[in-house]
Amino acid sequence: MSNQTPTSPAVLILGVQLADGTRTDLLIDGPTLADPAGAGPDVVRIDGAELIALPGLVDLHTHLREPGREDAETIATGTRAAAAGGYTAVFAMANTSPVTDTAEAAEHIATVAGREAVSQVVPIGAVSKGLDGIELAELGLMARSAAGVRVFSDDGKCVADARLMRRALEYVRGFDGVIAQHAQDPRLAGQDACCHEGPVSGSLGLPGWPGVAESSIVARDVQLAQHTGSRLHVCHVSTAETVEVLRWAKARGVDVTAEVTPHHLLLTVDELLGYDPTYKVNPPLRPAEDVAAVRDGLADGTIDIVATDHAPHARHDKEHAFADAAFGMLGLETALGVVIETMVTPGRIGWERVAEAMSVRPAQIGQLSNQGQPLTVGSPANLVLLDPSRRRTVDRDASASLSRNNPYHGRDLPDPVVGTWWQGRRTHG
Amino acid sequence: MRHLLSAADLSADQAIAILDLAEEMAQIQSRPVKKLPALRGRTIVNLFFEDSTRTRSSFELAGKWLSADVINVSAKGSSVSKGESLRDTVQTIDAMGVDALVIRHQASGAPLQTTQWVDAHVVNAGDGTHEHPTQALLDAFTMRRHFRTLGDESFAGRKVAIVGDITHSRVARSNVALLTTLGAEVTLVAPATLQPSGVTSWPVRISHELDAVLTDTDVVMMLRVQKERMAGGYFPTPREYTVGYGLTRDRLARLGDHVVICHPGPMNRGLEISADAADSAASRVLEQVSAGVAVRMSVLYQLLGGDAGTTTGAA
Repeated sequence: MSNQTPTSPAVLILGVQLADGTRTDLLIDGPTLADPAGAGPDVVRIDGAELIALPGLVDLHTHLREPGREDAETIATGTRAAAAGGYTAVFAMANTSPVTDTAEAAEHIATVAGREAVSQVVPIGAVSKGLDGIELAELGLMARSAAGVRVFSDDGKCVADARLMRRALEYVRGFDGVIAQHAQDPRLAGQDACCHEGPVSGSLGLPGWPGVAESSIVARDVQLAQHTGSRLHVCHVSTAETVEVLRWAKARGVDVTAEVTPHHLLLTVDELLGYDPTYKVNPPLRPAEDVAAVRDGLADGTIDIVATDHAPHARHDKEHAFADAAFGMLGLETALGVVIETMVTPGRIGWERVAEAMSVRPAQIGQLSNQGQPLTVGSPANLVLLDPSRRRTVDRDASASLSRNNPYHGRDLPDPVVGTWWQGRRTHG
Repeated sequence: MRHLLSAADLSADQAIAILDLAEEMAQIQSRPVKKLPALRGRTIVNLFFEDSTRTRSSFELAGKWLSADVINVSAKGSSVSKGESLRDTVQTIDAMGVDALVIRHQASGAPLQTTQWVDAHVVNAGDGTHEHPTQALLDAFTMRRHFRTLGDESFAGRKVAIVGDITHSRVARSNVALLTTLGAEVTLVAPATLQPSGVTSWPVRISHELDAVLTDTDVVMMLRVQKERMAGGYFPTPREYTVGYGLTRDRLARLGDHVVICHPGPMNRGLEISADAADSAASRVLEQVSAGVAVRMSVLYQLLGGDAGTTTGAA
């Protein structure tokens, strides 16, 4: 979508480790990776001995807030946060104002992104008009538009009506689209539901959000996907039961993929004990057993990818009583650090799986052929260079995002991103 | 004690100190001139985001009888819909130079959140479905007077049954916390749909059988059934609720002589409590209301009565 020309100086990274453990030299000089043998004398050299290079990360689930809430985030600031987190592509969720439910709305985002973004931005189209869950949005026109929409989601709301979900799945099959479902049965977990239903909600007196409201929708949807032969993607898996349902569906050959957020990999419902709305997110933070289950799911591939659900909010929208405050937390800048902390350092997954879960697979699910590619000569120069040993205490004020709803503020976490390049242009570091 | 946010924050000694002081305050109530100069020059704001005539009046009288300046601010209609954040609302009031904020809010946790934004002492006057600590204190005050007539004012080994919608009751949560701290044995009686998540980990007994519980209790506390719960499918009909969980005339007749009845009000006569029970000699409903003022005088004094609000560790 972008027509920026790379202006960054050529960089030669020497002896850097790739996802598969091999070492190589990488020459970044233009929109595709160049042959290191051709490096000129003026090239900037980086010693890669302690570093790892992965294909640029791809986030299938980002809220950029533009258009509509440019006080919370813009395409410019959101993609800067993405670049700081090692991302070279983000999929922008449809729940903006206006909603991305027409070709024109999708093209508008692509146009602004072409002008202002420092990563690729791919609009996600709404499944239903106005996210109302009643009538299909113009899925085909969005797919045919210059924005080339392939991922559709009413995220923030569940496509609760089984018939509408069935039709959406069937309809997008024609252009190999995918429906990304926010699984939340609104009869079991209504709009006021804001705390995992369990001892914490019972004791705090907060409206409960039972895990079964998620897993029962996923159980229905995987059967609809099988029935229609369509592609289903499950957003932000948060419970052990959902992981079980996915395992069952995959064993049956259902074409389903799933994501987990960094916060559901690290944080538990106990964070809510002080009623701090920073920890209010949808689906809610779950107990430790669920956190363990989603880690297992990510390790064994039942959960395919990590997606941030980066959800910036203006400060005043979080300074209400807990029940009244906005749902969501930041995630782009800290995602890789959280994945290293929860999955890599404990030995649950290696770098190859990190690359697969945060770049290769999300690019495939979203049908981006220029992202998630192996780092070889001639490949797109989209990459992140990281130092896995670097750590920092997270400071919410040290952020490229316009918002400050950072749930990791004050926490010691890996801070791995040394540099990010998108189309050969250095977008971070 | 800097704030009173939760009955769970009170130690047994702190709670007993509040109750003892409330007994002294109750003496004032019976005087023709009900005024102590204790809080002269101090300012208390009743900041009510949700209507409550009885709790607001009780706090207002408590403050006035201690000679504090008391004003009532109604912030009804969520500040959210007016576009103002909770932080802005409470900081605006606090900036006027207030010594104590008495907060009633429809959302759980709002008084606790408020403490991070204001200098004033904060009293929780009921937050959502979380807690209502002064209600628990006035209930304990009422029960303690009853226990005294039985020969021992101690809560140790006393049995209290709390009956009704536990899930949505801030009164129940505060009572469970305070009564168990004081050594009483609490039994919660409710249909499974109105028992909170995780209640099995609370330090209480759970029962679905009101009749069995009533044969072995010293106090029975009936909770109000909210209209919206009746429409919410938590139980089939009011009639069925009354048969299972109402303090009917028949159940009243079978209560032991030593048993008293409490209700936080307002009562749904004929639903959770029969008129006979509400008006019986065993009923302590009006005593609870009266105790409310004394207990709130005690709490306000504990918070504000020291020099310039630096009171710590009540009692």
